[in-house]
Amino acid sequence: MDVIVCVKRVPDTETRIKPSAAGTEIDSSGVKYILSPYDEFAVEAALRTVEAAGSGEVTLVTLGDAAGSETLRSGLAMGADKAILLEGSSTMDGLATAKALVAEIESADAQLVLLGVKAADDDQQQVGPMVGTLLGRACVTGVTSFTVTEDSVRCHREVEGGVEVVEASLPAVLTITKGTYEPRYASLKGIMAAKRKPMETKPAADVAARIAVRSLTSPPARAAGKIVGEGPDAVPELVRLLREEANAL
Amino acid sequence: MADVLAFAEQRDGSLLGVAREAVWVAARLAEGLGGTAHALVLGAGDLADAAAELGRFGASSVLVGQHTALGEYNPDAYAPIVAEQVRSGNFGTVVFPATTTGKDLAPRVAALLDVPLATDVTGVEVEGGAIRIVRPVYSGKAFAELDIDASPTLLSIRPNVFQAEEGEGTATIASFEPAVDESSWTQRVVERKASGEGALDVAEATIIVSGGRGMKDPENWNVLEDLRDAIGDGVALGASRAVVDAGWRPHGEQVGQTGKTVAPKLYFALGISGAIQHLAGMRTSQTIVAVNKDPDAPIFNVADYGIVGDLFEVVPRLAEEIRALKARS
Repeated sequence: MDVIVCVKRVPDTETRIKPSAAGTEIDSSGVKYILSPYDEFAVEAALRTVEAAGSGEVTLVTLGDAAGSETLRSGLAMGADKAILLEGSSTMDGLATAKALVAEIESADAQLVLLGVKAADDDQQQVGPMVGTLLGRACVTGVTSFTVTEDSVRCHREVEGGVEVVEASLPAVLTITKGTYEPRYASLKGIMAAKRKPMETKPAADVAARIAVRSLTSPPARAAGKIVGEGPDAVPELVRLLREEANAL
Repeated sequence: MADVLAFAEQRDGSLLGVAREAVWVAARLAEGLGGTAHALVLGAGDLADAAAELGRFGASSVLVGQHTALGEYNPDAYAPIVAEQVRSGNFGTVVFPATTTGKDLAPRVAALLDVPLATDVTGVEVEGGAIRIVRPVYSGKAFAELDIDASPTLLSIRPNVFQAEEGEGTATIASFEPAVDESSWTQRVVERKASGEGALDVAEATIIVSGGRGMKDPENWNVLEDLRDAIGDGVALGASRAVVDAGWRPHGEQVGQTGKTVAPKLYFALGISGAIQHLAGMRTSQTIVAVNKDPDAPIFNVADYGIVGDLFEVVPRLAEEIRALKARS
Protein backbone atom coordinates (compact mmCIF):
# COMPACT_ATOMS: atom_id res chain seq x y z
CA MET A 1 0.00 0.00 0.00
CA ASP A 2 1.77 3.15 -1.20
CA VAL A 3 0.84 6.50 0.30
CA ILE A 4 1.70 10.00 -0.90
CA VAL A 5 1.75 12.85 1.61
CA CYS A 6 1.72 16.47 0.42
CA VAL A 7 3.51 18.68 2.93
CA LYS A 8 4.39 22.35 3.38
CA ARG A 9 7.10 24.33 5.07
CA VAL A 10 5.62 27.02 7.34
CA PRO A 11 6.80 29.36 10.12
CA ASP A 12 6.80 27.73 13.56
CA THR A 13 3.39 28.29 15.14
CA GLU A 14 5.06 29.84 18.19
CA THR A 15 6.68 32.50 16.00
CA ARG A 16 5.70 36.14 16.10
CA ILE A 17 4.62 37.21 12.64
CA LYS A 18 5.74 40.61 11.39
CA PRO A 19 5.02 41.99 7.92
CA SER A 20 8.14 42.80 5.89
CA ALA A 21 9.05 46.34 4.87
CA ALA A 22 7.53 45.75 1.43
CA GLY A 23 4.33 44.84 3.23
CA THR A 24 3.25 41.91 1.09
CA GLU A 25 4.95 39.03 2.91
CA ILE A 26 6.31 38.27 6.35
CA ASP A 27 9.66 39.37 7.63
CA SER A 28 11.40 35.99 7.67
CA SER A 29 14.48 37.12 9.60
CA GLY A 30 14.84 35.04 12.72
CA VAL A 31 11.79 32.95 11.82
CA LYS A 32 12.17 29.23 12.37
CA TYR A 33 10.43 27.06 9.78
CA ILE A 34 8.82 23.70 10.45
CA LEU A 35 6.81 21.00 8.76
CA SER A 36 3.21 22.28 9.09
CA PRO A 37 1.69 20.62 12.20
CA TYR A 38 -1.31 19.24 10.30
CA ASP A 39 1.06 17.74 7.73
CA GLU A 40 2.89 16.02 10.58
CA PHE A 41 -0.38 14.30 11.48
CA ALA A 42 -0.70 13.25 7.83
CA VAL A 43 2.85 11.85 7.75
CA GLU A 44 2.16 9.93 10.96
CA ALA A 45 -1.10 8.56 9.51
CA ALA A 46 0.73 7.47 6.35
CA LEU A 47 3.47 5.69 8.33
CA ARG A 48 0.91 3.84 10.45
CA THR A 49 -1.05 2.83 7.34
CA VAL A 50 1.99 1.36 5.63
CA GLU A 51 3.10 -0.33 8.86
CA ALA A 52 -0.35 -1.91 9.27
CA ALA A 53 -0.36 -3.08 5.64
CA GLY A 54 3.07 -4.64 6.09
CA SER A 55 4.36 -3.30 2.80
CA GLY A 56 4.45 -0.16 0.71
CA GLU A 57 6.18 3.18 0.64
CA VAL A 58 5.46 6.66 1.93
CA THR A 59 6.43 9.40 -0.53
CA LEU A 60 6.50 13.04 0.49
CA VAL A 61 5.83 15.81 -2.01
CA THR A 62 6.22 19.53 -1.44
CA LEU A 63 5.94 22.63 -3.60
CA GLY A 64 8.27 25.48 -2.79
CA ASP A 65 11.79 26.78 -2.94
CA ALA A 66 15.01 24.89 -2.23
CA ALA A 67 14.55 25.30 1.54
CA GLY A 68 11.71 22.79 1.25
CA SER A 69 14.34 20.05 1.23
CA GLU A 70 14.90 20.70 4.95
CA THR A 71 11.19 20.14 5.61
CA LEU A 72 11.21 16.97 3.53
CA ARG A 73 14.20 15.68 5.51
CA SER A 74 12.28 16.06 8.75
CA GLY A 75 9.45 13.94 7.29
CA LEU A 76 11.98 11.38 6.07
CA ALA A 77 13.48 11.32 9.57
CA MET A 78 10.04 10.38 10.91
CA GLY A 79 10.17 7.36 8.63
CA ALA A 80 8.94 8.30 5.14
CA ASP A 81 10.80 6.49 2.35
CA LYS A 82 11.42 9.13 -0.29
CA ALA A 83 10.67 12.71 -1.17
CA ILE A 84 10.03 14.95 -4.13
CA LEU A 85 10.67 18.68 -4.10
CA LEU A 86 8.73 20.53 -6.76
CA GLU A 87 10.61 23.76 -7.18
CA GLY A 88 8.21 26.60 -7.75
CA SER A 89 6.31 29.20 -5.85
CA SER A 90 3.73 28.33 -3.29
CA THR A 91 1.17 31.13 -3.12
CA MET A 92 -2.20 31.92 -1.57
CA ASP A 93 -3.79 30.48 -4.76
CA GLY A 94 -4.54 26.95 -3.57
CA LEU A 95 -5.82 25.90 -6.98
CA ALA A 96 -2.44 26.68 -8.55
CA THR A 97 -0.80 24.63 -5.77
CA ALA A 98 -3.25 21.78 -6.27
CA LYS A 99 -2.56 21.72 -10.02
CA ALA A 100 1.20 21.57 -9.48
CA LEU A 101 0.78 18.70 -7.00
CA VAL A 102 -1.66 16.84 -9.25
CA ALA A 103 0.74 17.08 -12.22
CA GLU A 104 3.23 15.14 -10.12
CA ILE A 105 1.00 12.62 -8.38
CA GLU A 106 -1.71 11.76 -10.90
CA SER A 107 0.34 9.03 -12.58
CA ALA A 108 1.60 7.55 -9.30
CA ASP A 109 0.13 4.27 -8.17
CA ALA A 110 -0.75 5.32 -4.61
CA GLN A 111 -4.11 4.32 -3.15
CA LEU A 112 -4.02 7.16 -0.68
CA VAL A 113 -2.99 10.78 -0.96
CA LEU A 114 -2.88 12.52 2.43
CA LEU A 115 -2.57 16.21 3.26
CA GLY A 116 -2.88 18.23 6.45
CA VAL A 117 -6.36 19.71 6.74
CA LYS A 118 -4.76 23.10 6.19
CA ALA A 119 -1.35 24.75 6.14
CA ALA A 120 -0.53 26.68 9.30
CA ASP A 121 0.51 29.79 7.34
CA ASP A 122 -2.13 30.72 4.74
CA ASP A 123 -4.92 28.82 6.54
CA GLN A 124 -6.76 28.58 3.23
CA GLN A 125 -7.89 25.00 3.91
CA GLN A 126 -8.57 24.18 0.29
CA VAL A 127 -5.72 22.32 -1.43
CA GLY A 128 -6.88 18.82 -0.33
CA PRO A 129 -10.42 18.93 -1.76
CA MET A 130 -9.08 20.70 -4.87
CA VAL A 131 -6.57 17.87 -5.42
CA GLY A 132 -9.37 15.33 -4.90
CA THR A 133 -11.65 17.11 -7.37
CA LEU A 134 -8.92 17.53 -10.01
CA LEU A 135 -8.00 13.84 -9.69
CA GLY A 136 -11.67 12.81 -9.77
CA ARG A 137 -11.16 10.76 -6.62
CA ALA A 138 -13.05 10.47 -3.37
CA CYS A 139 -11.92 13.12 -0.91
CA VAL A 140 -12.77 13.24 2.79
CA THR A 141 -11.74 16.32 4.76
CA GLY A 142 -10.96 16.89 8.45
CA VAL A 143 -10.25 13.21 9.14
CA THR A 144 -9.24 12.35 12.73
CA SER A 145 -8.74 8.62 12.11
CA PHE A 146 -9.26 6.12 9.32
CA THR A 147 -8.96 2.44 8.54
CA VAL A 148 -8.26 0.98 5.12
CA THR A 149 -10.03 -2.10 3.84
CA GLU A 150 -9.56 -3.80 0.49
CA ASP A 151 -11.25 -1.24 -1.73
CA SER A 152 -12.42 1.44 0.64
CA VAL A 153 -11.43 3.64 3.52
CA ARG A 154 -13.56 4.32 6.58
CA CYS A 155 -12.95 7.77 8.01
CA HIS A 156 -13.98 9.58 11.18
CA ARG A 157 -14.33 13.27 10.52
CA GLU A 158 -14.98 16.23 12.78
CA VAL A 159 -18.11 18.21 11.98
CA GLU A 160 -19.96 20.90 13.89
CA GLY A 161 -21.27 19.33 17.06
CA GLY A 162 -20.19 15.77 16.40
CA VAL A 163 -18.42 13.13 14.40
CA GLU A 164 -19.28 11.60 11.02
CA VAL A 165 -18.20 8.21 9.81
CA VAL A 166 -17.64 8.33 6.06
CA GLU A 167 -16.99 5.38 3.81
CA ALA A 168 -15.03 6.31 0.67
CA SER A 169 -13.82 4.28 -2.28
CA LEU A 170 -10.13 3.91 -3.05
CA PRO A 171 -8.07 5.53 -4.40
CA ALA A 172 -8.86 8.47 -2.15
CA VAL A 173 -7.56 11.82 -0.95
CA LEU A 174 -7.85 12.52 2.79
CA THR A 175 -7.09 15.67 4.74
CA ILE A 176 -5.96 14.93 8.28
CA THR A 177 -6.55 16.91 11.43
CA LYS A 178 -5.54 16.56 15.05
CA GLY A 179 -6.95 13.46 16.70
CA THR A 180 -5.40 10.03 16.57
CA TYR A 181 -2.17 10.71 14.77
CA GLU A 182 0.11 12.26 17.38
CA PRO A 183 3.33 12.52 15.36
CA ARG A 184 6.28 10.41 16.45
CA TYR A 185 9.60 12.05 17.25
CA ALA A 186 12.35 11.41 14.78
CA SER A 187 14.97 9.18 16.40
CA LEU A 188 18.66 9.89 15.99
CA LYS A 189 18.83 6.80 13.81
CA GLY A 190 15.92 8.16 11.76
CA ILE A 191 17.64 11.52 11.33
CA MET A 192 20.85 9.81 10.16
CA ALA A 193 18.93 7.52 7.81
CA ALA A 194 17.01 10.47 6.33
CA LYS A 195 20.23 11.90 4.92
CA ARG A 196 20.63 8.87 2.67
CA LYS A 197 17.01 8.54 1.57
CA PRO A 198 16.21 9.47 -2.04
CA MET A 199 15.13 13.03 -2.65
CA GLU A 200 14.29 14.18 -6.14
CA THR A 201 14.21 17.85 -7.09
CA LYS A 202 12.47 18.98 -10.23
CA PRO A 203 10.77 22.09 -11.53
CA ALA A 204 7.08 22.36 -10.64
CA ALA A 205 4.50 22.44 -13.42
CA ASP A 206 4.15 26.02 -14.55
CA VAL A 207 0.82 27.22 -13.16
CA ALA A 208 0.21 30.95 -12.80
CA ALA A 209 -1.24 32.11 -9.48
CA ARG A 210 -4.36 34.22 -9.78
CA ILE A 211 -4.39 35.45 -6.19
CA ALA A 212 -1.85 38.08 -5.21
CA VAL A 213 -1.30 39.59 -1.78
CA ARG A 214 -1.68 43.35 -2.08
CA SER A 215 -0.79 43.98 1.52
CA LEU A 216 -0.03 42.11 4.70
CA THR A 217 -0.66 43.92 7.96
CA SER A 218 -0.57 43.16 11.65
CA PRO A 219 -3.96 42.83 13.29
CA PRO A 220 -5.31 46.04 14.78
CA ALA A 221 -4.21 46.27 18.39
CA ARG A 222 -7.04 45.83 20.84
CA ALA A 223 -7.67 48.91 22.93
CA ALA A 224 -6.21 48.49 26.38
CA GLY A 225 -8.68 46.74 28.61
CA LYS A 226 -9.30 47.30 32.24
CA ILE A 227 -8.84 45.20 35.32
CA VAL A 228 -12.27 45.39 36.90
CA GLY A 229 -10.98 44.23 40.27
CA GLU A 230 -9.75 41.34 42.33
CA GLY A 231 -11.61 38.23 43.40
CA PRO A 232 -15.34 37.48 43.43
CA ASP A 233 -16.24 40.93 44.80
CA ALA A 234 -15.44 42.37 41.36
CA VAL A 235 -18.08 40.19 39.69
CA PRO A 236 -21.15 42.46 40.05
CA GLU A 237 -19.26 45.34 38.43
CA LEU A 238 -18.09 43.02 35.64
CA VAL A 239 -21.65 41.93 34.95
CA ARG A 240 -22.82 45.54 34.92
CA LEU A 241 -20.07 46.49 32.42
CA LEU A 242 -20.85 43.50 30.21
CA ARG A 243 -24.49 44.49 30.14
CA GLU A 244 -24.34 48.27 29.97
CA GLU A 245 -21.01 49.11 28.36
CA ALA A 246 -20.24 46.13 26.15
CA ASN A 247 -23.87 45.21 25.49
CA ALA A 248 -22.72 41.61 25.52
CA LEU A 249 -25.13 39.99 27.96
CA MET B 1 -21.52 39.09 -14.38
CA ALA B 2 -22.44 41.72 -11.78
CA ASP B 3 -24.80 39.33 -10.03
CA VAL B 4 -23.77 37.67 -6.79
CA LEU B 5 -24.79 34.24 -5.50
CA ALA B 6 -24.75 33.21 -1.84
CA PHE B 7 -24.76 29.56 -0.81
CA ALA B 8 -27.29 29.52 2.05
CA GLU B 9 -26.49 26.47 4.15
CA GLN B 10 -29.30 24.67 5.94
CA ARG B 11 -29.09 21.95 8.52
CA ASP B 12 -32.12 19.76 9.26
CA GLY B 13 -34.25 22.15 7.23
CA SER B 14 -33.28 25.30 9.14
CA LEU B 15 -31.02 28.00 7.76
CA LEU B 16 -27.78 28.59 9.64
CA GLY B 17 -27.15 32.11 10.95
CA VAL B 18 -24.19 32.38 8.63
CA ALA B 19 -26.53 31.72 5.67
CA ARG B 20 -28.17 35.07 6.43
CA GLU B 21 -24.73 36.65 6.77
CA ALA B 22 -23.67 35.24 3.37
CA VAL B 23 -26.80 36.60 1.72
CA TRP B 24 -26.34 39.98 3.39
CA VAL B 25 -22.71 40.14 2.19
CA ALA B 26 -23.85 39.10 -1.30
CA ALA B 27 -26.40 41.93 -1.31
CA ARG B 28 -23.77 44.51 -0.25
CA LEU B 29 -21.43 43.31 -3.01
CA ALA B 30 -24.20 43.27 -5.61
CA GLU B 31 -25.05 46.86 -4.71
CA GLY B 32 -21.45 47.90 -5.27
CA LEU B 33 -21.14 45.95 -8.51
CA GLY B 34 -24.43 47.14 -9.95
CA GLY B 35 -26.05 43.71 -9.94
CA THR B 36 -28.50 41.74 -7.85
CA ALA B 37 -28.03 39.20 -5.06
CA HIS B 38 -29.37 35.66 -5.18
CA ALA B 39 -29.27 32.73 -2.80
CA LEU B 40 -29.00 29.00 -3.39
CA VAL B 41 -30.51 26.56 -0.90
CA LEU B 42 -30.12 22.80 -1.31
CA GLY B 43 -31.98 20.25 0.78
CA ALA B 44 -34.53 17.48 0.95
CA GLY B 45 -37.63 18.77 2.71
CA ASP B 46 -39.81 21.80 2.29
CA LEU B 47 -37.44 24.76 2.18
CA ALA B 48 -39.83 27.44 0.92
CA ASP B 49 -40.21 29.18 4.30
CA ALA B 50 -36.50 29.15 4.97
CA ALA B 51 -35.91 30.52 1.50
CA ALA B 52 -38.52 33.28 1.80
CA GLU B 53 -36.72 34.64 4.86
CA LEU B 54 -33.62 35.34 2.77
CA GLY B 55 -35.45 38.12 0.92
CA ARG B 56 -35.30 40.19 4.07
CA PHE B 57 -31.51 39.92 4.05
CA GLY B 58 -31.23 41.17 0.48
CA ALA B 59 -31.73 38.24 -1.89
CA SER B 60 -33.86 39.21 -4.89
CA SER B 61 -34.36 35.55 -5.73
CA VAL B 62 -33.75 32.24 -4.02
CA LEU B 63 -32.92 29.15 -6.03
CA VAL B 64 -34.26 26.17 -4.12
CA GLY B 65 -32.91 22.79 -5.19
CA GLN B 66 -34.83 19.93 -3.63
CA HIS B 67 -33.99 16.26 -3.87
CA THR B 68 -34.35 13.41 -1.40
CA ALA B 69 -30.61 12.78 -1.63
CA LEU B 70 -29.73 16.34 -0.57
CA GLY B 71 -30.98 16.25 3.03
CA GLU B 72 -27.50 15.75 4.35
CA TYR B 73 -24.41 17.22 2.80
CA ASN B 74 -22.50 14.97 0.45
CA PRO B 75 -19.77 16.67 -1.61
CA ASP B 76 -20.31 14.38 -4.60
CA ALA B 77 -23.93 15.55 -4.75
CA TYR B 78 -23.56 19.20 -3.79
CA ALA B 79 -20.43 20.39 -5.61
CA PRO B 80 -21.60 19.69 -9.20
CA ILE B 81 -25.01 21.27 -8.52
CA VAL B 82 -23.50 24.45 -7.10
CA ALA B 83 -20.98 24.69 -9.95
CA GLU B 84 -23.75 24.24 -12.50
CA GLN B 85 -25.92 26.94 -10.88
CA VAL B 86 -22.99 29.38 -10.87
CA ARG B 87 -22.38 28.70 -14.55
CA SER B 88 -25.97 28.79 -15.72
CA GLY B 89 -26.77 31.89 -13.65
CA ASN B 90 -23.66 33.62 -14.98
CA PHE B 91 -22.75 34.82 -11.49
CA GLY B 92 -19.62 36.95 -11.18
CA THR B 93 -19.18 36.43 -7.44
CA VAL B 94 -20.08 33.56 -5.14
CA VAL B 95 -20.19 33.77 -1.33
CA PHE B 96 -19.97 30.60 0.79
CA PRO B 97 -20.10 30.28 4.58
CA ALA B 98 -16.77 29.13 6.06
CA THR B 99 -18.42 26.37 8.08
CA THR B 100 -17.22 22.76 8.05
CA THR B 101 -19.50 22.15 5.07
CA GLY B 102 -18.56 25.41 3.36
CA LYS B 103 -14.85 24.68 3.78
CA ASP B 104 -15.38 21.26 2.22
CA LEU B 105 -17.66 22.43 -0.57
CA ALA B 106 -16.19 25.73 -1.80
CA PRO B 107 -12.77 24.33 -2.85
CA ARG B 108 -14.47 21.59 -4.89
CA VAL B 109 -16.70 24.12 -6.63
CA ALA B 110 -13.64 26.30 -7.28
CA ALA B 111 -11.80 23.33 -8.84
CA LEU B 112 -14.83 22.44 -10.99
CA LEU B 113 -15.09 26.05 -12.21
CA ASP B 114 -11.30 26.39 -12.52
CA VAL B 115 -11.10 29.55 -10.43
CA PRO B 116 -9.22 30.35 -7.22
CA LEU B 117 -10.88 30.78 -3.82
CA ALA B 118 -10.38 33.03 -0.79
CA THR B 119 -11.52 31.33 2.41
CA ASP B 120 -12.52 32.49 5.88
CA VAL B 121 -12.80 36.10 4.70
CA THR B 122 -13.37 38.73 7.40
CA GLY B 123 -13.59 41.84 5.23
CA VAL B 124 -14.99 42.33 1.75
CA GLU B 125 -16.19 45.36 -0.15
CA VAL B 126 -16.39 46.80 -3.62
CA GLU B 127 -13.91 49.56 -4.36
CA GLY B 128 -13.84 51.17 -7.78
CA GLY B 129 -15.68 48.23 -9.33
CA ALA B 130 -13.24 45.68 -7.90
CA ILE B 131 -13.76 43.37 -4.96
CA ARG B 132 -11.38 43.98 -2.10
CA ILE B 133 -10.92 40.95 0.15
CA VAL B 134 -9.27 40.78 3.56
CA ARG B 135 -8.61 37.51 5.34
CA PRO B 136 -6.62 36.45 8.39
CA VAL B 137 -3.46 34.42 7.88
CA TYR B 138 -1.15 32.73 10.39
CA SER B 139 -4.28 32.10 12.50
CA GLY B 140 -4.96 35.79 12.77
CA LYS B 141 -1.42 36.93 13.55
CA ALA B 142 -1.66 38.96 10.31
CA PHE B 143 -4.25 40.04 7.78
CA ALA B 144 -3.79 39.78 4.02
CA GLU B 145 -5.54 41.96 1.48
CA LEU B 146 -5.94 40.07 -1.77
CA ASP B 147 -6.28 40.76 -5.47
CA ILE B 148 -8.06 37.97 -7.31
CA ASP B 149 -7.66 37.88 -11.05
CA ALA B 150 -10.42 35.46 -12.02
CA SER B 151 -14.13 35.36 -12.70
CA PRO B 152 -16.26 34.26 -11.02
CA THR B 153 -14.67 35.40 -7.77
CA LEU B 154 -15.22 32.80 -5.05
CA LEU B 155 -14.97 33.50 -1.33
CA SER B 156 -16.13 32.04 1.96
CA ILE B 157 -16.93 34.25 4.93
CA ARG B 158 -16.08 33.57 8.56
CA PRO B 159 -19.24 33.09 10.67
CA ASN B 160 -20.22 35.82 13.17
CA VAL B 161 -18.00 38.50 11.63
CA PHE B 162 -20.56 40.19 9.37
CA GLN B 163 -23.61 41.56 11.15
CA ALA B 164 -26.52 40.76 8.84
CA GLU B 165 -29.25 43.39 9.02
CA GLU B 166 -32.80 42.37 8.40
CA GLY B 167 -34.77 44.56 6.02
CA GLU B 168 -38.14 44.57 4.29
CA GLY B 169 -37.23 42.93 0.99
CA THR B 170 -38.92 39.92 -0.52
CA ALA B 171 -37.41 37.29 -2.77
CA THR B 172 -38.94 35.34 -5.61
CA ILE B 173 -38.56 31.60 -5.14
CA ALA B 174 -37.30 29.57 -8.08
CA SER B 175 -37.53 25.85 -7.31
CA PHE B 176 -35.65 23.33 -9.37
CA GLU B 177 -35.06 19.63 -9.15
CA PRO B 178 -31.35 19.02 -9.45
CA ALA B 179 -29.94 15.95 -11.15
CA VAL B 180 -28.37 13.63 -8.58
CA ASP B 181 -26.61 10.45 -9.68
CA GLU B 182 -26.04 8.48 -6.50
CA SER B 183 -24.33 5.67 -8.41
CA SER B 184 -21.42 8.01 -9.15
CA TRP B 185 -20.80 8.90 -5.49
CA THR B 186 -17.36 8.00 -4.23
CA GLN B 187 -18.25 8.46 -0.58
CA ARG B 188 -21.17 8.42 1.80
CA VAL B 189 -21.84 9.08 5.45
CA VAL B 190 -22.60 5.79 7.22
CA GLU B 191 -22.96 7.13 10.74
CA ARG B 192 -23.35 10.40 12.64
CA LYS B 193 -22.60 10.79 16.33
CA ALA B 194 -23.50 13.96 18.19
CA SER B 195 -21.03 15.09 20.84
CA GLY B 196 -22.98 15.58 24.07
CA GLU B 197 -26.65 16.52 24.15
CA GLY B 198 -26.87 18.96 21.25
CA ALA B 199 -23.63 20.64 22.28
CA LEU B 200 -23.01 23.75 20.21
CA ASP B 201 -19.79 23.91 18.22
CA VAL B 202 -17.26 26.48 19.35
CA ALA B 203 -17.01 27.91 15.82
CA GLU B 204 -20.75 28.63 15.69
CA ALA B 205 -21.33 30.00 19.18
CA THR B 206 -22.08 33.65 19.91
CA ILE B 207 -20.63 33.27 23.41
CA ILE B 208 -17.69 31.01 24.35
CA VAL B 209 -16.68 29.90 27.83
CA SER B 210 -13.08 28.68 27.53
CA GLY B 211 -10.89 26.98 30.09
CA GLY B 212 -7.16 26.43 30.33
CA ARG B 213 -4.51 24.98 32.62
CA GLY B 214 -5.81 27.08 35.50
CA MET B 215 -8.78 24.71 35.66
CA LYS B 216 -6.32 22.29 37.27
CA ASP B 217 -8.31 19.12 36.61
CA PRO B 218 -10.76 17.89 33.96
CA GLU B 219 -13.24 17.17 36.77
CA ASN B 220 -13.50 20.90 37.38
CA TRP B 221 -15.20 21.59 34.05
CA ASN B 222 -18.55 21.45 35.82
CA VAL B 223 -17.75 25.02 36.93
CA LEU B 224 -17.60 26.13 33.29
CA GLU B 225 -20.64 24.07 32.34
CA ASP B 226 -22.58 25.83 35.06
CA LEU B 227 -21.57 29.25 33.70
CA ARG B 228 -22.56 28.11 30.21
CA ASP B 229 -25.97 26.99 31.46
CA ALA B 230 -26.44 30.24 33.40
CA ILE B 231 -25.91 32.33 30.27
CA GLY B 232 -28.35 30.27 28.22
CA ASP B 233 -28.56 29.67 24.46
CA GLY B 234 -25.80 30.05 21.92
CA VAL B 235 -22.98 29.29 24.35
CA ALA B 236 -20.24 26.75 23.65
CA LEU B 237 -17.33 25.49 25.71
CA GLY B 238 -13.82 26.16 24.43
CA ALA B 239 -10.38 25.03 25.53
CA SER B 240 -6.73 26.01 25.27
CA ARG B 241 -4.24 23.80 23.46
CA ALA B 242 -2.58 22.82 26.77
CA VAL B 243 -5.71 21.15 28.11
CA VAL B 244 -6.50 19.48 24.78
CA ASP B 245 -2.98 18.11 24.54
CA ALA B 246 -3.30 16.88 28.12
CA GLY B 247 -6.39 14.93 27.05
CA TRP B 248 -8.72 16.89 29.35
CA ARG B 249 -10.94 18.17 26.54
CA PRO B 250 -11.71 17.07 22.95
CA HIS B 251 -9.86 18.70 20.06
CA GLY B 252 -13.14 20.03 18.67
CA GLU B 253 -13.16 22.57 21.51
CA GLN B 254 -9.62 23.85 20.93
CA VAL B 255 -9.34 27.56 20.17
CA GLY B 256 -6.18 28.88 18.52
CA GLN B 257 -3.64 27.80 15.95
CA THR B 258 -4.02 24.04 15.31
CA GLY B 259 -7.56 24.48 16.68
CA LYS B 260 -10.37 26.78 15.66
CA THR B 261 -10.27 30.49 15.06
CA VAL B 262 -13.36 32.11 16.55
CA ALA B 263 -15.03 35.50 16.60
CA PRO B 264 -17.88 35.37 19.11
CA LYS B 265 -19.69 38.33 20.60
CA LEU B 266 -18.33 37.45 24.04
CA TYR B 267 -15.32 35.28 24.95
CA PHE B 268 -14.54 34.17 28.51
CA ALA B 269 -10.89 33.11 28.97
CA LEU B 270 -10.83 31.34 32.31
CA GLY B 271 -7.54 30.09 33.68
CA ILE B 272 -5.94 30.70 30.27
CA SER B 273 -2.60 32.50 30.40
CA GLY B 274 -2.73 33.59 26.75
CA ALA B 275 -0.07 31.81 24.71
CA ILE B 276 0.53 33.54 21.36
CA GLN B 277 -1.15 30.76 19.45
CA HIS B 278 -4.28 30.94 21.61
CA LEU B 279 -4.51 34.72 21.28
CA ALA B 280 -4.27 34.33 17.51
CA GLY B 281 -7.41 32.23 17.54
CA MET B 282 -9.65 34.49 19.62
CA ARG B 283 -8.44 38.04 19.36
CA THR B 284 -11.14 39.04 16.86
CA SER B 285 -13.83 38.33 19.48
CA GLN B 286 -15.97 41.42 20.09
CA THR B 287 -15.61 41.42 23.89
CA ILE B 288 -13.05 39.41 25.86
CA VAL B 289 -13.25 38.70 29.59
CA ALA B 290 -10.30 37.12 31.39
CA VAL B 291 -10.08 35.64 34.84
CA ASN B 292 -6.60 34.65 35.97
CA LYS B 293 -4.80 34.67 39.26
CA ASP B 294 -1.60 35.96 37.63
CA PRO B 295 -1.97 39.74 37.06
CA ASP B 296 0.87 39.59 34.51
CA ALA B 297 -0.74 36.90 32.36
CA PRO B 298 -0.60 37.97 28.67
CA ILE B 299 -4.34 37.32 28.33
CA PHE B 300 -4.96 40.62 30.15
CA ASN B 301 -3.31 42.46 27.23
CA VAL B 302 -6.16 41.51 24.91
CA ALA B 303 -8.99 41.32 27.45
CA ASP B 304 -11.51 44.15 27.59
CA TYR B 305 -12.34 43.26 31.17
CA GLY B 306 -10.21 41.31 33.61
CA ILE B 307 -10.57 39.98 37.09
CA VAL B 308 -7.46 38.93 38.97
CA GLY B 309 -8.34 36.10 41.28
CA ASP B 310 -9.10 32.48 41.90
CA LEU B 311 -11.42 31.32 39.14
CA PHE B 312 -13.01 28.76 41.47
CA GLU B 313 -14.31 31.69 43.49
CA VAL B 314 -14.93 34.12 40.63
CA VAL B 315 -16.66 31.89 38.09
CA PRO B 316 -19.40 30.45 40.37
CA ARG B 317 -20.15 34.02 41.51
CA LEU B 318 -20.33 35.07 37.86
CA ALA B 319 -22.84 32.32 37.12
CA GLU B 320 -24.86 33.40 40.13
CA GLU B 321 -24.90 37.10 39.15
CA ILE B 322 -25.85 36.28 35.57
CA ARG B 323 -28.72 34.08 36.79
CA ALA B 324 -29.90 36.95 38.99
CA LEU B 325 -29.66 39.34 36.05
CA LYS B 326 -31.70 37.00 33.83
CA ALA B 327 -34.32 36.61 36.57
CA ARG B 328 -34.71 40.40 36.77
CA SER B 329 -34.99 41.03 33.04
